[in-house]
Amino acid sequence: MAIIEMADLTKSFVVRRRAGGWRRHRREVRAVDRLSLGIEAGEFVGFIGPNGAGKSTTVKMLTGILVPTGGRLRVAGLDPASERRRLAGRMGVVFGQRTTLWWDLPLMESFDLLRRMYRVPAQRFAANLQRCSELLELGELLPVPVRELSLGQRMRGELTASLLHEPEVLYLDEPTIGLDVVSKVAVREFLAEVNRERGTTIVLTTHDLDDIERLCPRIVVVDHGRLVYDGPLADLRSRLGGERTMVVEFGGAVPQIQQAGVSATRLGGSRLALTLSGEANVAALTADLVGRGDVVDLTIGEPDIEEVVRRLYAAPDPAGPVST
Amino acid sequence: MVEALRCYALVAAAWTRAAAQYRLSLCLMILATLLITGLDFVEILIVFANTGRLGGFTVAEVGFLYGVAATCLGVADLLIGSIERLGDRIRDGSFDAMLLRPAPALALAAADQFSVRRLGKLVQSVGVLGWSLSAVDVEWTPPRAGLLLLMLASGTVIFLAVFVIGAAFQFVAPGGRETMNAFTYGGGYLTQFPLGIYARHVIQLVTFVIPLGFINWYPALHLLGKPDPLHLPSATHYLSPAAAAVLMVVASAAWAAGLRRYRSTGS
Repeated sequence: MAIIEMADLTKSFVVRRRAGGWRRHRREVRAVDRLSLGIEAGEFVGFIGPNGAGKSTTVKMLTGILVPTGGRLRVAGLDPASERRRLAGRMGVVFGQRTTLWWDLPLMESFDLLRRMYRVPAQRFAANLQRCSELLELGELLPVPVRELSLGQRMRGELTASLLHEPEVLYLDEPTIGLDVVSKVAVREFLAEVNRERGTTIVLTTHDLDDIERLCPRIVVVDHGRLVYDGPLADLRSRLGGERTMVVEFGGAVPQIQQAGVSATRLGGSRLALTLSGEANVAALTADLVGRGDVVDLTIGEPDIEEVVRRLYAAPDPAGPVST
Repeated sequence: MVEALRCYALVAAAWTRAAAQYRLSLCLMILATLLITGLDFVEILIVFANTGRLGGFTVAEVGFLYGVAATCLGVADLLIGSIERLGDRIRDGSFDAMLLRPAPALALAAADQFSVRRLGKLVQSVGVLGWSLSAVDVEWTPPRAGLLLLMLASGTVIFLAVFVIGAAFQFVAPGGRETMNAFTYGGGYLTQFPLGIYARHVIQLVTFVIPLGFINWYPALHLLGKPDPLHLPSATHYLSPAAAAVLMVVASAAWAAGLRRYRSTGS
């Protein structure tokens, strides 16, 4: 049975805008629009979409903070809106941009407080804390007040805090935002391990394509509150023929490029920007370039998630959401 | 309710432990609060330097009114004063974190940043109250002592309710902290003096609309044997617990409505 079930989940807000004097325009905005989705226990799902697409609103409904306007929602068999506090004991939440910990309390004090609040048996708490401390190297951070931690250190603390009560579902909102490369890798490895070992269902909201690629077998894309894609990332990319870009710098003369699916633009100096559509063969193109010119430097850029999503939304698809 | 108190106590205890790590700074802060609030009563003494009586009350009797009101406000402020920051919590998004916990949000918001520093205020108020009890011309028989305890308990509940109502108001107007302070601390200030010195409609306001008069004024009229400027029936002197109960019901309804609004609009 699915651990998260949404059927026509809808959230609308009423926006009041001043229209001169005391008059107000009332306008209804649908932040989430008839979203239907099922997530099985143990899945690791990437939840993506441009800013304002309705991701946060959806997560807030899943956690019970916000009450839906319409539709049906069940998480671990509970109705989040009316059974918020019961559900709280079975889920963990990490917001990348703000803390759910007590800002002025030492990390260990926060953990201890959570242990009592969630009534975690002392032994299980100790075991969970130790496991997280090892994987995330928390040891020396425990006596430090949360406000004195660096962003990466704080994120490791937040992750630990969200897992002390062994939740069945974990929601992560931009957990790697602003982290340095080393911390990002540590956080990703940790999450993969939690998902694999404990079977914790994880829903990850992110703008970082690397997060998705390394962690999520399944992605769900929303835009304007609607489901626009549900399936593996690779499928999405090939389906849209995601454009990659290549920037080549030549030591000498810049050769002419004539290959299917490649369009070239001269940049300043002896640099050339190439746009590669889905059909382009990168290996053949690279060989061709090296054979015909003096290649000094070459970089390949993958289409970023925003770009993929933009195309997805722009793609005319009268049949509705694509699904695999 | 039990769970709310349990979670409140957990969070308050954690804050106290954290503060106890800096014992010297905590003691200094309590002392500073004590000195600042000490000036409060000095203000009243200065008024009495020019007049022997204020609204028919001697300095000891005003001290009694002040002592009761300030003690009630002090206890309420110590317990849930932090809730006045709810608007800030809503604006910076940290109130959401409180809704993610398996505990009542009101308990978490009330215990947030609990600080025994607020004891400083209370020490001073209890001091003034203690002095006034011996200075006023009242024989403290058991029934009168009972009424005194009842007025302290009711007064504290009234202030607690005013704090919660003020916090609930911040769900609608997150910048409403100052408005809230006007009622909590403003109410505390108002009730320090004999209500008889105020205009009639002010007395009516704090009797029938926001029942701050039941914190100290009406029971004190009875204890000190003073006439009631509004000439209400003498039963009014004993109505403080009822006023406290009514305000408590209003406060919990206001909080529930505020939270419902927040959870449907997210702002």
